[in-house]
Amino acid sequence: MATETPPATAASAKGATRKGDRIFLGLSRGSGITLLAIMAAIAVFLTWRAALAIGADEANFLTSFEWDANADPPRFGIAVLAFGTVVSSVLAMVLAVPVAVGIALFISHYAPRKLAAPLGYVIDLLAAVPSIVYGLWGALFLVPHLTGLYTWMDTYLGWTGLFTYHGGAARSLFTVGILLAIMILPIVTNVSREVFRQSPKMQEEAALALGATRWEVIRMSVLPFGRSGVISASMLGLGRALGETMAVATVLSPSFLIKASLLEPGGGTFAQNIAAGFKEAGSTGRDALIASGLVLFVITLLVNGAARLIIARRKEYSGANA
Amino acid sequence: MSRTAVADAPVDRAAPPVSTLRQPRLPRWAPLGLAAVAAVLGIGIGLVGGLDSRLQWGLIAAVLYLGLTAVLASTVEGTRQAKDRLATSVIWVCFLLAVVPLASLLWETLVRGAKVLDGYFLTHSMSGVITLEPGGGIYHALIGTLEQVGLATLIAAPLGLLTAVYLVEYGTGRLAKAITFFVDVMTGIPSIVAGLFILSFWIIILDFGYSGFAGAMALAILMMPIVVRSTEEMLKLVPNELREASLALGVPKWKTIIKVVLPTAVGGITTGIMLAVARIAGESAPILLLVFGSAEINNNPFDGAQSSLPYFIYEQWALGNEASYDRAWAAALVLIAFVMILNLVARGIARWKAPKH
Amino acid sequence: MKLQRTLRLRTAAVGALTVCGALALSACGSDDNSGGSGNDTTKAASKIKCEGEGNLLASGSSAQKNAMDIWTQTYQSACGNTQINYKPTGSGAGIQEFLQGKTAFAGSDSALKPDEVAKSKKVCKGGQGIDLPMVGGPIAVTYHLEGVDGLVLDADTLAKIFDSKITKWNDPAIKKLNPDAKLPGKKIQAFHRSDESGTTDNFTKYLNTAAPSSWKHEPEKAWAGKGGQGADGSSGIATNVKQNDGSIGYAELSYATGNDLDTVKLDTGAEEPVDATADNASKAIADAKVVGQGKDLSLELNYKTESEGAYPIVLVTYEIACDKGNKKESLDATKSFLKYTASEDGQKALKEKGYAPIPDEIVTKVRSTIDGLS
Repeated sequence: MATETPPATAASAKGATRKGDRIFLGLSRGSGITLLAIMAAIAVFLTWRAALAIGADEANFLTSFEWDANADPPRFGIAVLAFGTVVSSVLAMVLAVPVAVGIALFISHYAPRKLAAPLGYVIDLLAAVPSIVYGLWGALFLVPHLTGLYTWMDTYLGWTGLFTYHGGAARSLFTVGILLAIMILPIVTNVSREVFRQSPKMQEEAALALGATRWEVIRMSVLPFGRSGVISASMLGLGRALGETMAVATVLSPSFLIKASLLEPGGGTFAQNIAAGFKEAGSTGRDALIASGLVLFVITLLVNGAARLIIARRKEYSGANA
Repeated sequence: MSRTAVADAPVDRAAPPVSTLRQPRLPRWAPLGLAAVAAVLGIGIGLVGGLDSRLQWGLIAAVLYLGLTAVLASTVEGTRQAKDRLATSVIWVCFLLAVVPLASLLWETLVRGAKVLDGYFLTHSMSGVITLEPGGGIYHALIGTLEQVGLATLIAAPLGLLTAVYLVEYGTGRLAKAITFFVDVMTGIPSIVAGLFILSFWIIILDFGYSGFAGAMALAILMMPIVVRSTEEMLKLVPNELREASLALGVPKWKTIIKVVLPTAVGGITTGIMLAVARIAGESAPILLLVFGSAEINNNPFDGAQSSLPYFIYEQWALGNEASYDRAWAAALVLIAFVMILNLVARGIARWKAPKH
Repeated sequence: MKLQRTLRLRTAAVGALTVCGALALSACGSDDNSGGSGNDTTKAASKIKCEGEGNLLASGSSAQKNAMDIWTQTYQSACGNTQINYKPTGSGAGIQEFLQGKTAFAGSDSALKPDEVAKSKKVCKGGQGIDLPMVGGPIAVTYHLEGVDGLVLDADTLAKIFDSKITKWNDPAIKKLNPDAKLPGKKIQAFHRSDESGTTDNFTKYLNTAAPSSWKHEPEKAWAGKGGQGADGSSGIATNVKQNDGSIGYAELSYATGNDLDTVKLDTGAEEPVDATADNASKAIADAKVVGQGKDLSLELNYKTESEGAYPIVLVTYEIACDKGNKKESLDATKSFLKYTASEDGQKALKEKGYAPIPDEIVTKVRSTIDGLS
């Protein structure tokens, strides 16, 4: 560390102390301020560019279905992107959270102890696999293997209108949802497992002593205790899914259309659209992408904020973290 | 585990089952037997029905297993036990269901990556390689990743560390609140937006060229909030008694922080930083916008185009032929190994430095 | 204090290890991939006049990526001081990056539009961006249909397929062109480019010129047709067509051959349906006329050709650079590299990879224009 000065001798101790303290305080406060300045600069810059773009937009920014940001005059709207982002992320949550809770329970309450510890470890490591690897696997392995499932869904669930499928590459929002679900599974499992492990042992043992079955113990003691933890874990996962870029870009055939069927290729997400569009974007086009990125940012912020609120509330009444 | 102990306790082998409290139970091998039956049925239905996806066979078997367990248990053991068994089976099925894709991911990467991964691949760049043909390597990407991540860490780690020290040890006023707020906000910044910011600001407006450093700055933006948060948590764990004892001995505050607080928390802080490094090492989106990509070795991150491992994977995937797919898988394998080693080392440090009880 | 000392020692050790590791790494890496099999390249390379040095950034058309690979390989084996870094991001992106002054030249499958020329005056101090036709090639219509080889289509059917007016493989219009083929009743999946692309521009120009009644959309870099699926880049199209039975798409020939895809034979009105080959494309490109003003050499292609064995869906990739006001640090290397690509050897090297050389009378103009770049 730069501030490390040789130990002060007794005589000059007092002076050095004050000086040392001042330097160190200045340094740490300085880096705090630098960080604040950087973050604030980013926020201001992005808002400014986004405002420029939205000001130049000839179409309705929120409801328009087109994305012609490089044209003159530019016309673009985020309706399709917002729809695709929300649908794929929510789908990922719906698919991943129950399974993740299942695995977390499996590790914390069901698995043989010898299996539980390494399993937890492996899931921990899986949470660190880079998203581009998921993308590669998704595009080259998952997509070709989904056509069977989709044909089946079309046959039995096609009547809902949500799951009609006419063959072809399974590069749809539903595929994105599945891939995102697989991606957020480790992280949601991890956090849930931590929460379940903290559930009060005394309660569980008391319930067992009264003759409750294992499932009843879990339903009456573990799940109520862990509910808010699971919710915040899901929110964390949702936050990840919302901002995911490359994995989505590799498995989706994008288009600026909202289709009733989730299995038909098309649609897009905020992050994917930025990754696909920045290359050919001119000045306004880039600002338009920034504007869409800002919307994504706000959505992510809301989700994270909600998660934090839930965690804070939980701390208040359970006291488990104390 | 504890349940079996409780449930089995009243069973006394010597005494024949006269107890009316006990309900009839399925034999111990029932779940396994049912699973086998379900698997056979699933495969049978799959074969007869001409379903080509193995995934469907598995799903059918899983549904059959759940159904069989529920029906059998509820007729033999009553509804409460049936519910318990069903829950157990559902959780097992959940586990297996999740293991399939994750295991497949690792397996595919291992098998397909090992095809071209060798010493040559690690020590050569893609310079002068016809991308349709096999050959070349990832050395240039490896260098790029190491340098970009290293630079990002150099920027983000000291800033984040000192900021966390400020927040925990000094900060009470409005400034600390503002910093906390912005750090909270920034943890949620999507990585591609950070990339877009550097692209618009650094490359387009300030007119610097594409470089590894531009990528490193975007990575640093992503890394800073993570470092601040994890360091903050660790510093808060340092018992106040230590600080008070040190201050009571007349040690100045700054020295207390450097000599007492930081060394106590050093394990956790290092772990936090290394996990953050592992996290940004796999970031592809901002890198894609900022480093341009290159086939040659460029050791200077401040000047000229560079590549990086995530970029390389995307680039090779996008080229879309068999040879480049092989290269992409091999690079993915290297990247996973890199990130996992970082993770393991971080956890090792955490365990090594953990306070011993 | 003791704890401190050991800690510092450890830190030092870790630091030293890292440095050693980095040194070891940088010592063993190599850019040399020749592997001793560079006989033809060295022969060709000996005629190259090297000028300038450094890392030349360029980006754009993915159509010429494979041509660029070969040129780069040959050029770099002769001129070790220069590295050519060509990124196949698509024509739209390539022009954009060039206009931002980030690259030395761009590759594009369509000539600069008037507003792009106007913007280029900002980057080219005292000059403007010009189009230099460098490599031609057929756009193959690739398809994947089990049990059907040698599919024949014409402009009108193609237009209807890609506009989702013909949706089944056993449509009477297709049957009429392929009386002997066993066409299944499968749905046609038409893949188009989701990014802006010169390939799309040229393909739709062909549809618009050769089948104006069935293709009413203005030809553009962005896909305008109805329905179908988007895929990123020529490679994205090739991969998707390969993965999906019943699909059809369009990509440069080298992507079709590189992925072992079937290509459609075109009924142009000539006696025999025409295959998508480099030779057949050359016959169509030979009809091209220079329409560019001044130093600009943009071409007008004849999509309606009916001459025997001429394959009309072709594109010509232009290298786009400034006529005056190129960046000083990259000018020499750019000129030297482009001179090589336009040379006889450079053009000859293309044929093996399914590209069509530019006709002689045009390429001589290109050479003299490159000489005049400043």
